[in-house]
Amino acid sequence: MLELRKKKKDFVGSISIWFVRIMFFSLVIALVLLIGKIVQQGIGSISLEFILDDPKNNMTEGGIFPAIFGTIAVTLIMILLAVPLGVCSAIYLNEYAKDSFFTRIIRTSINNLAGIPSIVFGLFGLGFFILFIGRGMDDVLETGLLFGQPALIWASATLAVLVLPIVIVSTLEALNSVPKSHRDASYGLGATKWQTIKNVVLPQARPGILTGTILAISRGAGETAPILFLGAAFFLPNLPITDLCIGDYCIPIINPAKQFMYLAYHIFILATQSSNPTKTLPIQYGSTLVLIVLTFMLNITAIIFRYRFRKALGRL
Amino acid sequence: MNELENEFYSKSVDSKYGKRIKKFTRTKESLIKFFFTINGLAALIFIILIFIFLFKEGFRALEHIGLLDFLYTTRIGADGTSETVFQWYPTSDEPRYSLIPLVLGTLLTAVPATIISTIFGVAAGIYLSEVANPKWKEFLKPLIELFAGIPTVVIGFIMLVIGASFFNDLLHPANRLNAFVASIGLSLVIIPVIASLTEDALHSIPNELRMASYGLGATKWQTISKVILPAAFSGVSASIILGFGRAIGETMIVLMAAGNAANITSNIFLSVRTMTATIAAEMGEVSQGSDHYYSLFFIGIVLFTITFILNLIAELIINKMRKKNTF
Repeated sequence: MLELRKKKKDFVGSISIWFVRIMFFSLVIALVLLIGKIVQQGIGSISLEFILDDPKNNMTEGGIFPAIFGTIAVTLIMILLAVPLGVCSAIYLNEYAKDSFFTRIIRTSINNLAGIPSIVFGLFGLGFFILFIGRGMDDVLETGLLFGQPALIWASATLAVLVLPIVIVSTLEALNSVPKSHRDASYGLGATKWQTIKNVVLPQARPGILTGTILAISRGAGETAPILFLGAAFFLPNLPITDLCIGDYCIPIINPAKQFMYLAYHIFILATQSSNPTKTLPIQYGSTLVLIVLTFMLNITAIIFRYRFRKALGRL
Repeated sequence: MNELENEFYSKSVDSKYGKRIKKFTRTKESLIKFFFTINGLAALIFIILIFIFLFKEGFRALEHIGLLDFLYTTRIGADGTSETVFQWYPTSDEPRYSLIPLVLGTLLTAVPATIISTIFGVAAGIYLSEVANPKWKEFLKPLIELFAGIPTVVIGFIMLVIGASFFNDLLHPANRLNAFVASIGLSLVIIPVIASLTEDALHSIPNELRMASYGLGATKWQTISKVILPAAFSGVSASIILGFGRAIGETMIVLMAAGNAANITSNIFLSVRTMTATIAAEMGEVSQGSDHYYSLFFIGIVLFTITFILNLIAELIINKMRKKNTF
């Protein structure tokens, strides 16, 4: 009798375990099929011209270069804003702050910031960056309507707030993994706190900070909702660049006051609001494939970085 | 660490010159500390700023429109009879601002998505943490994280061009783009989130518990279902709450796949319009300073409040779990 019951329970158990296994692999297969479909449909339209050409004929032909350029420009400025702020914030939390009610509030707000819907960031960017800061700058500098309208810099700034938690959390993890003995050794040699952070802690935490930066770029490049009304444009004949001239020497720089095209927004707009969605389907698949490849490459790099970093610290 | 610092300062050269260096170093160090403290507040400051600027614009909607008008509108017909309607028609001649269809639309996409994601996500988390070969796990967990990084616009696009037609042929729904298609799309985003967090929660259960259970003669599944899952219950439920929050706040998938008709319905195969999609679709065309504009910010307040509370609950659960597990 006892034997029988045991066997029966094992039977139920192994069925359940197989169920879990099947659920997991059906999920993986579904996602792989989905990506496979994008690759299969999109690979035909990928070519050097597709990457490097402007859209032509009311966006029904041609390439996606302005969208790629805009994505790079926006994420570049975003990183310049978010990484210094995020790293310094993490340094405060890990190196200076003591565990108190106040720091717990800060940690909670980091997690909460990560959970705010991206569309709310869009509203925030509109209300704070464009209408408050931008219009405020226009009033003070008397520039008419220059800053108080959707522009690349405001999109970057909003995305910087959105990816800030990613940078902070990655940096915190990296700082936390630097052994306390290394800090003590530095103090023992007579270094001050800042010297210790600068010369001992930060160099060891660099791979972790880099991981956070890469993850932030990939997140920022894939976001669409926050930039919908912060300057992403359907089509622009010119790239958002301007010539910065010092004397006779002119170098082209990104113009942060211009509107821009964005790869993720480009996919959305072609799929839902273009004049002929069926005709542009190859372009849509091509753009999607480019975006997927971009984010996957960034994420894989970040995963490998983190794996090596953790292994080097012997925490794996 | 502070004792070490003080020791450093007290042992510096005690000449007049040394004192000046000491003072300089001390000022410099405290300035640096001040600089980092300001930066450290960044996340808190931004949360407060988001709060202020949402409410600053959104509360004007209450002045102009009124709280009750966000629930229902009373229409007086030609024959003098009044009827109560729940409609979102901000652009009509007599604008109606009821949020009821939008909230229902959000729930009709988010709740099924969360149910599907819970089943698949928790199963995937159990597989990763308890069933999978550790060597495989090193490869499979990053794979799930990779899937979590797929941009939502890509999922929206796939649901629009492939998913909608697939389910149209399979189920013949009333509308081609509907809440069901959107919730399948949402699941693809949320399953990796729940799976990853569930795996973390299960992984944090001390191995002694598993060993003790096996020692008592329990099988693998008995250990999982009777020991590990109850022990990690709070962590798993926190992951589901966070997943639900993501489902409510997700914009691009519902904007592209839910059909965007503000129906009041419990039929999952009809088009619905969510709060996020309403903001995304209408903010571009609205004139700044109009009632419609402020009412979109008011929707933003509702979204912000819901997700903020959900995140806070999840955070509290996770903190409680951490405290419990350290003992």
